[in-house]
Amino acid sequence: MSRKKQMAAADPNRPRLTTSAMIASLAGEDQRTSPAPFGRALVELGRTRPEILGLTADLAKYTDLHIFAQAYPDRFYQMGMAEQLLMLAAAGLAHEGFVPFVTTYAAFASRRTFDFISQGIAEEGLPVKICCALPGLTTGYGPSHQATEDLAIFRGMPDLVIVDPCDALDIEQAVPQIAAHDGPVYMRLLRGNVPMVLDEYDYRFELGRAKLLRDGADVLLISSGFMTMRALETAKLLAADQVDVAVLHCPTIKPLDTATLLHEVGRKPRLTVVAENHSVIGGLGEAVAALLLNEGTIPPRFRQIALPDAFLDAGALPTLHERYGISAEAMAGRIKGWLG
Amino acid sequence: MSRANAPSLAERARNIRRHALRMGEVQGQGYIAQALGIADVLAVAWFHALRHRPEDPEWEGRDRFLLSIGHYAIAFYAGLIEAGVIPESEIETYGTDDSRLPMSGMAAYTPGMEMSGGSLGLGLGIAVGRCLGLKRKGSDSIVLNLMSDGELDEGPTWEAAMSAGHYQLNNLICLVDVNRMQADGVSTGVLNFEPLADKWAAFGWHVQRVDGNDIPALVAAFDAARNTPEPKPRVIICDTKMAKGVPFLETREKSHFLRVEAHEWALALAALDAGERA
Repeated sequence: MSRKKQMAAADPNRPRLTTSAMIASLAGEDQRTSPAPFGRALVELGRTRPEILGLTADLAKYTDLHIFAQAYPDRFYQMGMAEQLLMLAAAGLAHEGFVPFVTTYAAFASRRTFDFISQGIAEEGLPVKICCALPGLTTGYGPSHQATEDLAIFRGMPDLVIVDPCDALDIEQAVPQIAAHDGPVYMRLLRGNVPMVLDEYDYRFELGRAKLLRDGADVLLISSGFMTMRALETAKLLAADQVDVAVLHCPTIKPLDTATLLHEVGRKPRLTVVAENHSVIGGLGEAVAALLLNEGTIPPRFRQIALPDAFLDAGALPTLHERYGISAEAMAGRIKGWLG
Repeated sequence: MSRANAPSLAERARNIRRHALRMGEVQGQGYIAQALGIADVLAVAWFHALRHRPEDPEWEGRDRFLLSIGHYAIAFYAGLIEAGVIPESEIETYGTDDSRLPMSGMAAYTPGMEMSGGSLGLGLGIAVGRCLGLKRKGSDSIVLNLMSDGELDEGPTWEAAMSAGHYQLNNLICLVDVNRMQADGVSTGVLNFEPLADKWAAFGWHVQRVDGNDIPALVAAFDAARNTPEPKPRVIICDTKMAKGVPFLETREKSHFLRVEAHEWALALAALDAGERA
């Protein structure tokens, strides 16, 4: 069966977005941003931790690692477009007592180097920090670059800690904490001008902990990554319709903060929705669902907002987020539908 | 270290073969042919070329010996036993429940094992990282990576080879055991890797190719690899003979994973000793 796409009928009311919107930052036009929070946090950490190294596979500039490379050129290793070697060389450096931060795109780290991370790094318990740009649907470049299954792939790896930060503040605070963790970490990375939203909340990143950002009586929205930003917007949109939404940010995907999740779900009967920038298969939603079923803490209704189990379209990011239902407006609409 | 009264390298190699055969007998099968084939290389590595302390396998000043081919664990254990890292009494535990000597080599199980290598093609990349790390620390230790000709099929081997040349890792010695046999048959028939020396040279390596069962040739090759002033990583391609030292096994057709009849182990040990006297 041919999978060739048919030309879509042009919608005269909709402007055609061009290539630049495919690779646009996640930030909305009026949103506050912070430049390269990962790179800056790593430079800061490097001041007191000489064992921190940076390695990349020809993507320093596209993962914000170039800032570290400029600050500490002798602590940066360019491994070329060789992701398998990238992971193995990081393993070797970790064996010799260093703490390597390696960067590439999430699609390449997850699909291409799984065995190298599993056997070279995780099975040996080595403190390699794998920080990957373009997680989930954060590029319109098409399925080659859209890591919509990275969490499903990595959740199966024993001893790997998985972090999915929301914004610049989350990333800045996560970097020293993942460095301090004595073992391997996979972190999904937002790069470039990264939105800053969590500074308006009484929030600090704590590895392994979920945090309630706002409370609400009708809906509990559990989210990770930039979907927490969307969840907060969704809550504001729904507040206008007198729907009271709680947002529980869960930036550590593994190990899950089971105590907080069970407490929040059990506290009052609400529609529980897990929203994630990931395929509906194998990510945070399924992890939370399994936890709730196993523990018998079952909410009256449970729903997932996630990307479909499909190879997604190429196109402009705002278009795709709308198309696949992870824009705030789309989320609000679906939640209203579920509430009836 | 005084070597004046120490056993000769040939005696060391024979002892390594004996340890491997005795471990093989515990299980009745295994990667015996590879162990017999690589014994001379291991003897020269441990008792001539490498700096190590048997009583302190994690001594910071040691040379790192990576066994990329986890399948060769039985050979490596035999070497560790001969080197005194593991007591000979553990031979009888080989491959049994809760043993420190599992069938495939894993770092978490065995003193002196620097990596877990059952998935092939990992060793050279890890070696690149360890060499970079040793240079960062100002250490003069070297990294020895032992890989097989089957691992030449694996892409990451060549990613690592290119990188080692790029970084001019003169503290890296890679040994390629060319025994010409892998799981599905003759190595060059599975995937032709020749001309092998040319390939490594093209990646910027100092290349030697020797008979891997010729101890004086191996000694000379290790010395040349350690002492060449060239700012290059070093590879020693070792052509070895499967099951070397036990003639009736050398000719056995399915040599990749040898099944040996119960009565044949004593014959194999006797053949080894007879060969030694001959």
